[in-house]
Amino acid sequence: MGLEELVPDGILTTTVEKMVNWARRSSLWPVTFGLACCAIEMMATSAARYDLARFGAEVFRASPRQADLMIVAGRVSKKMAPVLKRIYDQMPEPKWVISMGACASCGGIFNNYAIVQGVDTVVPVDVYVPGCPPRPEALIYGIMKLQEKIDRQRLKQPDPVPESEPPAATETSSASD
Amino acid sequence: MATATSPEFKTITINMGPQHPSTHGVLRLVIELDGETVVSLKPVIGYLHTGMEKSMESKNYHKSITVTDRMDYLSPLGNNMAYVGAVEKIMDLTIPERAQVLRVILLELTRISSHLVWLGTHAIDLGAMSVFLYCFREREKLLDVNDLVAGSRLTPSYFRVGGFYIDVPDAFVPHVRKFLDEFPKALGEYQNLLTKNRIWMKRTIGVGILSPEQAIDLALTGPVLRGSGVRYDVRKAMPYSGYDTYDFEVPLGKNGDVYDRYLCRIEEMKQSLSIIRQGLDRLRQGPVRADNPYLFPADRTDVKLNMEELIYHFKIMSEGYSAPPGDAYFSIESPKGELGFYVVSDGGPIPHRTRVRPPSLINLQALEDMCVGRMVADVVACIGSIDIVLGEVDR
Repeated sequence: MGLEELVPDGILTTTVEKMVNWARRSSLWPVTFGLACCAIEMMATSAARYDLARFGAEVFRASPRQADLMIVAGRVSKKMAPVLKRIYDQMPEPKWVISMGACASCGGIFNNYAIVQGVDTVVPVDVYVPGCPPRPEALIYGIMKLQEKIDRQRLKQPDPVPESEPPAATETSSASD
Repeated sequence: MATATSPEFKTITINMGPQHPSTHGVLRLVIELDGETVVSLKPVIGYLHTGMEKSMESKNYHKSITVTDRMDYLSPLGNNMAYVGAVEKIMDLTIPERAQVLRVILLELTRISSHLVWLGTHAIDLGAMSVFLYCFREREKLLDVNDLVAGSRLTPSYFRVGGFYIDVPDAFVPHVRKFLDEFPKALGEYQNLLTKNRIWMKRTIGVGILSPEQAIDLALTGPVLRGSGVRYDVRKAMPYSGYDTYDFEVPLGKNGDVYDRYLCRIEEMKQSLSIIRQGLDRLRQGPVRADNPYLFPADRTDVKLNMEELIYHFKIMSEGYSAPPGDAYFSIESPKGELGFYVVSDGGPIPHRTRVRPPSLINLQALEDMCVGRMVADVVACIGSIDIVLGEVDR
């Protein structure tokens, strides 16, 4: 009663890389890292109308150790930046970061003493989602773009560690392994 | 040598947050526990400090409206109202009737949408996942209203000093009427899920009790104060935007526990529906801009045809409008409590100082009084019942 009736017996041929990437991109587990306004739109994305579950990314985990995607949703203050870095470091590899909204991407309208001007000064960012705040459709598009990026990843050659190491904000274990 | 019975092992200090699913943002709590009983609890704030008051000192009055949206991002129009109200008070403007009625309608819609997020997250904290999905289903309809009038879901910045820039579209009234027809049914669903739910009652009744005296001493406002049975609502005490002409009740609690605050907010949503209905009934055609030529840019066709208007357009777009020297405090009943803006003008287009009275920050003081002596699991219920928004606490 389902798909298995339509698929004939047999084998599927693919590469290990494709299969691993397919599994990784189809079940992204984001860490709940809501900071400000964008977090409300992130919640709306996972709620009834937009239903992030359609893209396999709805399992928001409270513990970074169970997550592989960090959606930085909102403005990052200078007090929060070390915490952000620590949470990123606690996530197991492979891991990805979406910078959601203008504030996380570049400081947004808050160009002042309190706000980190772009979260990419603290952690490496894979996808930037513009908007103040981005609409849920935009976040979903960002997640789809990330899925495309994961599809292109090579198993043997992981992404190089970004050249500009973030400032020594906290005691950290090395991000790469 | 320290042993299990020596004083240093008597209590254990744990850290909750700033990244914790039930702290509604980036609140951090340092909790001292004796077993599972809370001995002391200290909120550590500032993880979302944005320097908004300082930012507003470098922007003109018009641009600052966008900053207020991002303060209490669950009720952006409420923040708009408190800010433009303060500036209007300095400038001594008279707002046209239609704009006042529209403001009341939009403010009450925003109150409902803010309470829906509170209800959804409060319920999810206490283990009721489905309520969250139901609440966001209704909230989307309210965000559609924002989308309709301002083109933005969460941060509309729709209010202007002196009324509105443009009137609401024709689809506004039918949309709101449709919502008014549908929402009571949804509200009934939430109450079916929670009000007599035994788990919900066990988690909330008798938890986080605040006496009326305590609540007044802590300077609490909003549903947290009214849950303790103190009748204070800025809409009644210091009416603004014509609230004194509307007929509505101020719901009060009896015991001052988490459950009473829940009932207060549910009842507030019903009262909001009644206010919106009254507002729609008295909505008449008319101007939505105050009669002051310096506040709004000239008409687009005039700008293209006349030199004077073009110069004036440049002036208002680059410099903004000025307020006479003076200061004003203006407060509204936001969904969280009394939200006030204190604006000092030195006569120029940029405020000399802007100070916010954030209800969430002041209500957060009550958390320790609510939690001490109770189990650590009740802390989550108490945080939810205060309905804090960290964007407003830290600003």
